[in-house]
Amino acid sequence: MVPSSYYLVLSAVLFGLGVVAFVFKRNIITIFMSIELMLNAVNLAFVTFSRHLGNLNGQVFVFFVIVVAAAEAAVGLAIIILIAKHRQSLNVERVDLLKL
Amino acid sequence: MSDFFAQPSVWVVSIIKVIVVMALMMTALAYLSWFERKVVAHIQSRWGPYRVGPHGLLQPLADGLKFLFKEDPTPGGVDKLVYFLAPFLAMSLALCSIAVIPFGPSPLLQVADVNIGLLIIFAITSLGVYGVALGGWASNSKYPLLGGLRSSAQMVSYELSMTMSVVGVVLLAGTFNLREIITQQQGFWLGFIPRWNLLAPPFPQVLGFFIYFVSAIAETNRVPFDLPEAETELVAGFHTEYASFKFAMFFMAEYANMITVSCLATLLFFGGWLSPLPSTGVMAWTLYIPAAAIAACAVILFIDGLRYSTRFGRILLPILSLALAGLAVVCALEGVVQLIQGPFWFLSKVFLFLFFYVWLRGTLPRFRYDQLMSFGWKLLLPLSIANVVLTSWFVLANMSK
Amino acid sequence: MMPSAQIIVFFVLAAVAVLGAVSLIVQRHPIRSALSLIVVMVSLAGLYLLQGAELVAAIQIIVYAGAIMVLFVFVIMLLNAGEEERTNVSRIARYVGLPLGFFLLLQLAWWVGRGTQGTATAVGRSPAMTKNISRLLFTDFLLPFELTSILILVAILGAVVLAKREN
Repeated sequence: MVPSSYYLVLSAVLFGLGVVAFVFKRNIITIFMSIELMLNAVNLAFVTFSRHLGNLNGQVFVFFVIVVAAAEAAVGLAIIILIAKHRQSLNVERVDLLKL
Repeated sequence: MSDFFAQPSVWVVSIIKVIVVMALMMTALAYLSWFERKVVAHIQSRWGPYRVGPHGLLQPLADGLKFLFKEDPTPGGVDKLVYFLAPFLAMSLALCSIAVIPFGPSPLLQVADVNIGLLIIFAITSLGVYGVALGGWASNSKYPLLGGLRSSAQMVSYELSMTMSVVGVVLLAGTFNLREIITQQQGFWLGFIPRWNLLAPPFPQVLGFFIYFVSAIAETNRVPFDLPEAETELVAGFHTEYASFKFAMFFMAEYANMITVSCLATLLFFGGWLSPLPSTGVMAWTLYIPAAAIAACAVILFIDGLRYSTRFGRILLPILSLALAGLAVVCALEGVVQLIQGPFWFLSKVFLFLFFYVWLRGTLPRFRYDQLMSFGWKLLLPLSIANVVLTSWFVLANMSK
Repeated sequence: MMPSAQIIVFFVLAAVAVLGAVSLIVQRHPIRSALSLIVVMVSLAGLYLLQGAELVAAIQIIVYAGAIMVLFVFVIMLLNAGEEERTNVSRIARYVGLPLGFFLLLQLAWWVGRGTQGTATAVGRSPAMTKNISRLLFTDFLLPFELTSILILVAILGAVVLAKREN
């Protein structure tokens, strides 16, 4: 029987690595992927607590988080495609003006 | 699960099952390629392979040797990790889904009996898109990239209608467990019509079956949906730049996907390992149909072997037919008759589906890419959603009675 | 005394997940980062299975690893994203920032780990079967369920409008 604290530590580590990737990477798509990594870490915490408390609400919430992540990925990637076509570059340091 | 390692009987049996299934699967893949070449050839009024061994039966062996010894060039400028990963990924995922398919009623005939067996097969199919997409991209060349993108877009689109069309069956059965879906299709109406999901009350899943089969053909990139790998269009699509061994892996992955999809169609819609004829009372002779079928094959093979043109054929074919006759006698023995029913009917139904696949390949022209995509999104997906709505309507009406 | 099979499987899957996440940071080409993220997601699905959450594991692979990440891979291929350029990261960020970041991460892990000592409670009210989850979805969580379906519709429309070519 694996203690819940093991899973929560793993979730925290993955979340932290997602934050590090978000801060240090310069490619827009990689930054977007680090957001997905953070969402996955949170999902792991939800499922762990769902088992710890014997309540299925946690797993239903994971379902909603995945759906919202899908919607966000679709719209976000469409925006990224537009930015890349306008700026001719995927480097996030080049997208620093409010004017296109 | 904590004492899984402490019970060697469990995991030793599992390992043996895995090895047996893998060996059978690889042989089936090799001879499926022979079968396809022979059938397509006869449809096109020619003979197909007939030189390498009698009736070309040793052709897969020759092909395997060729794939092992041919030069394996790696094009320049490719991303080496992804280039080597893509065919291995395609093939290993294609072989994984056999793990949850039950070949017969005994628990020995299924490697893993999971409660969500159907969902696992769909999960593995969704991951199979990566083999194609990454293979096309890693080749660092125009035609494979286009072929890979088109092929993976097609696979993703038809995955939707494929999974939706199966929801009707899940509604009728109330479970994702493949074994329970089959056991709920047991029994006969009026004594002789089998209670398969194709004809089941309250709503026969005929529409679901047709949508499933068409989507499955598109999902496995077979004719008439094989534009992305057609020779006249895109050289060879996503596997242009892949040479001997890696091409063999893509090739085998495609056949393994075909086999998986055919197995799933028989399990979900045609009763899996259940016999189409009742086998009790007056009809107890139907228990001997497997033995009779194998014996008939043995006799035909013997007569054909005696009159074959080469001496090697005149020796080999009668020996094979004697082995088949021995198998037929074993199937008619008292203890074995009951055991052989399940696998025999399952395998013959799968064989019929595979024959249908190959028949389509020899007969139909291919769809253009935009026709293909509009067919999937504008026709099949709404039809599969309509199937779900109708099935749930009828199930609800039945429940409230 | 050999640890139980569950602990071994947990550590293997956790190691694969952490290695995948580190590989996401370290790799320079976005397609390799995408592949590392897929590895993380598949190992997380394995962890969900280890905890008995089978429906969530299947949904994670079918939707997250099998559809969302395919979208990412498509976009990377379409935009022909190349390797990242090396711009000058400031010295402070590399020599002070990274160690501080990892120290923060360790602190977080330490406090989280101490928060829930002890093993999970015995099997709760209902086992994690598909039937029970779907019953919850259609009774207690009906409003969020309908709202997310509208959300997906809006997202589809938005993506199509944004990515359409200017006629």
